[in-house]
Amino acid sequence: MSSTESTDVLIVGSGFGGAIAAYHLAAGGAKVTVLERGPWLEADDFDHDFLLGSSYTRIFDFVVGDGMSLLGGNCVGGGSVVYFAAMPRAPRFAFERKGSIGRRMWPSAITRDSLDPWYDRVVEALPITQQDWNDVTYSGGLFAAACDHAGRTANPVPAAIDRAKCTNCNWMMAGCRFDAKRSLLLNYLPAALAHGAEIRPLHEVQHLSRTDDGGYRVHYNVIDDTDYRVHVGNGTIDAKIVILAAGAGATPVILQRSEATLGAMPHAVGRYFSGNGERLNTAVVNEDRARELLGLKRGDGQAFRANQIGKGPVVASWDNLDGDLPEHSRFSLEQLYFPPGFGTILAQVPDATGPSWFGVEKKELVRQWQSWLTVFTMVEDDNEGVFGPPPATGNAARISQQMLGRGTIRYRPSANTLRGWAESDAVVKDILERDGLARVMPWTNDVVGAYTVHPLASCRIGDDPQTSALDDRQELRNHPGIFVTDGSAVPAALTVNPALTISALAERAIPGIVKTLQERGVKVTYGAPSPDGSTSGRRGVRSQLRDLVRE
Amino acid sequence: MTLEAFADTIVPGEKRSPDDRAVAGASPGGGAVAAGAIELLETPATGVSTVLDDYARMLNEHARTHATEHGLGLDETVPPFVALPFEDRTAVVRKLTGQDQEDRELWVLLALFSNMAFDTAAHMHTADAMAAGHPGLVTMGFMKADDDGLWRFPDFSYGRRLADPHPDTTPTGSPA
Ligand SMILES: Cc1cc2nc3c(=O)[nH]c(=O)nc-3n(C[C@H](O)[C@H](O)[C@H](O)COP(=O)(O)OP(=O)(O)OC[C@H]3O[C@@H](n4cnc5c(N)ncnc54)[C@H](O)[C@@H]3O)c2cc1C
Ligand code: SF4
Repeated sequence: MSSTESTDVLIVGSGFGGAIAAYHLAAGGAKVTVLERGPWLEADDFDHDFLLGSSYTRIFDFVVGDGMSLLGGNCVGGGSVVYFAAMPRAPRFAFERKGSIGRRMWPSAITRDSLDPWYDRVVEALPITQQDWNDVTYSGGLFAAACDHAGRTANPVPAAIDRAKCTNCNWMMAGCRFDAKRSLLLNYLPAALAHGAEIRPLHEVQHLSRTDDGGYRVHYNVIDDTDYRVHVGNGTIDAKIVILAAGAGATPVILQRSEATLGAMPHAVGRYFSGNGERLNTAVVNEDRARELLGLKRGDGQAFRANQIGKGPVVASWDNLDGDLPEHSRFSLEQLYFPPGFGTILAQVPDATGPSWFGVEKKELVRQWQSWLTVFTMVEDDNEGVFGPPPATGNAARISQQMLGRGTIRYRPSANTLRGWAESDAVVKDILERDGLARVMPWTNDVVGAYTVHPLASCRIGDDPQTSALDDRQELRNHPGIFVTDGSAVPAALTVNPALTISALAERAIPGIVKTLQERGVKVTYGAPSPDGSTSGRRGVRSQLRDLVRE
Repeated sequence: MTLEAFADTIVPGEKRSPDDRAVAGASPGGGAVAAGAIELLETPATGVSTVLDDYARMLNEHARTHATEHGLGLDETVPPFVALPFEDRTAVVRKLTGQDQEDRELWVLLALFSNMAFDTAAHMHTADAMAAGHPGLVTMGFMKADDDGLWRFPDFSYGRRLADPHPDTTPTGSPA
């Protein structure tokens, strides 16, 4: 392929950060090219099938690191295609966190109040809707009732799900066959395409170099569509600006690999990674107690036995999201479903006499799988993750044809993080073991380390150049014209699911990116409506625009 | 046979026949072996299918070391790991997947695939596995799909309020 191919904006990755930028910049008139390492699937391609090579391994990425495993999307639409679509805003205190750096980690320009209008834009675009108790699944209901029994509150979680289309099939991680989950394939991406953006699947960006005119050359490999270990080509594209949105597990790796050609990266590139403080507990519910204590009855006379039924997380308990509590003691709890495999392997046997995650007793635990209730905790971790030197290509040395690879991240939970996990484990135990309702155990961290479906902060925004890689407009320090709009920009754990916050930040970054493009001679404007043409979100952010395009 | 014994240590099952040596018979019903662990490991997609002989060789070396350390005699007509009683197989696997083992990742990977064979039948179309009464999916009580092979659960909710929402919930349903 010729190296003279060029575009105005080259976007790496088509998840939340990439899709939002692609839409606004294409709608504003820029030539936009998106390179996405994964394949391009649509509703009919999403299989209800665990066979290796089905959609769930094609579109999913599982990178095992040292002490931390990262789970994410690997397809056009990125994490939005595999995610559970629980979309709360981050609580006010999350923006005030200091972590271990002794000063506010978020830029002074961003607070919950200043981000709310950007949240509104995303809520309108996907859209995100409130769920009510009729949307709450058996497992969500069971968790809510258990919280209530323990004197706690519980909320149906706002979600990007079309309730009329959802069949509660719980195949979320394989992609939604029914177009009920409002992934980016249904809003920002088609709108970007309609405005002329081009998306190239199976194109994995390796590194960047500079062009003579102050722009960047993007170097990519073309990936085989079945065996992702195989590269079937390569090429380059020149761009006036580059937007990195490869996700918090991949964006810093591309920058690390580019150091040889671009020069030194800010210190915070590939550091301060947060796993959003994730932790899982699995309970085995005593069916009789669920009936007697909580009064739960399904139509068929059973109390629960419905682990398989549902749509991921639907109910959360926010009593520990109290800004008056010290950092690391604040967390949310969410009922959750992971399919067999991901959702079973790390679950541990309560009071095991032998091994807790495999063997005879584990098989007995698995026998009761339909009575499992999994609870997801998000605490404030300590940004402990550090990426080692980049692998040969991509962000991992791939082991299997699809999905499984070995990455370079190293994560050692600090005493603070361990304390958060211990405190939340104790609360989960108190809720679920009260009066003999269930037996509960946290998942083991001894097998693949900690794990996260919410990688964050590995290339973060901030005011302090020592501890942040991006300024508050999400431009990479000392490398003008490179922006980062994905989860790596979020400074720290949020105590709730992050995709809405990632998206709100990406929305907020667009006016500054438009300004930079204009300065580089591109005819582009800011001000596109929501992908479906709605305009109330656009009105809401108007008052902030002047500050965001400052010199 | 060695890898069958490994998979059977991860998800134990009943013997396939009275003279089954690989499967220890530590648990009623089919385990990882009956679930197809070897078929899965031999699938090229896993990325381990070409190194299975190395796995078996190393596993047997570890088994022999374990036997020597614990003064166990080994029946030389079967591979050393197969010759170990179930408890000792378990001890070896615990050690190999334990924190102090340098190449633990390799063993964790083998354990993960053994588990996946049982919990997900990842070497088969799930529809075929369900139709064939796959031991893992049956043990878990995995519910059936509709006739078109897709799962739908029209009954999914208790349909009533089961807790009070947090007092600081915003009008859009988020934490304040
Ligand atoms: C199972 C699961 C459930 C989840 N559920 C929720 C939930 O309910 N609520 C919530 O808020 N969040 C959820 N998340 C998290 C959410 O999906 C992520 O936070 C979000 O997708 C991150 O957005 P992003 O823009 O940072 O990156 P991503 O959405 O991960 O997009 C990055 C994209 O870049 C591509 N890419 C990577 N490297 C390269 C490269 N070198 N070249 C080209 N392309 C590349 C990837 O394939 C991917 O498509 C879930 C995640 C998982 C895995
Ligand atoms: S549970 Fe609902 S939203 Fe999720 S994949 Fe199934 S139909 Fe789609």
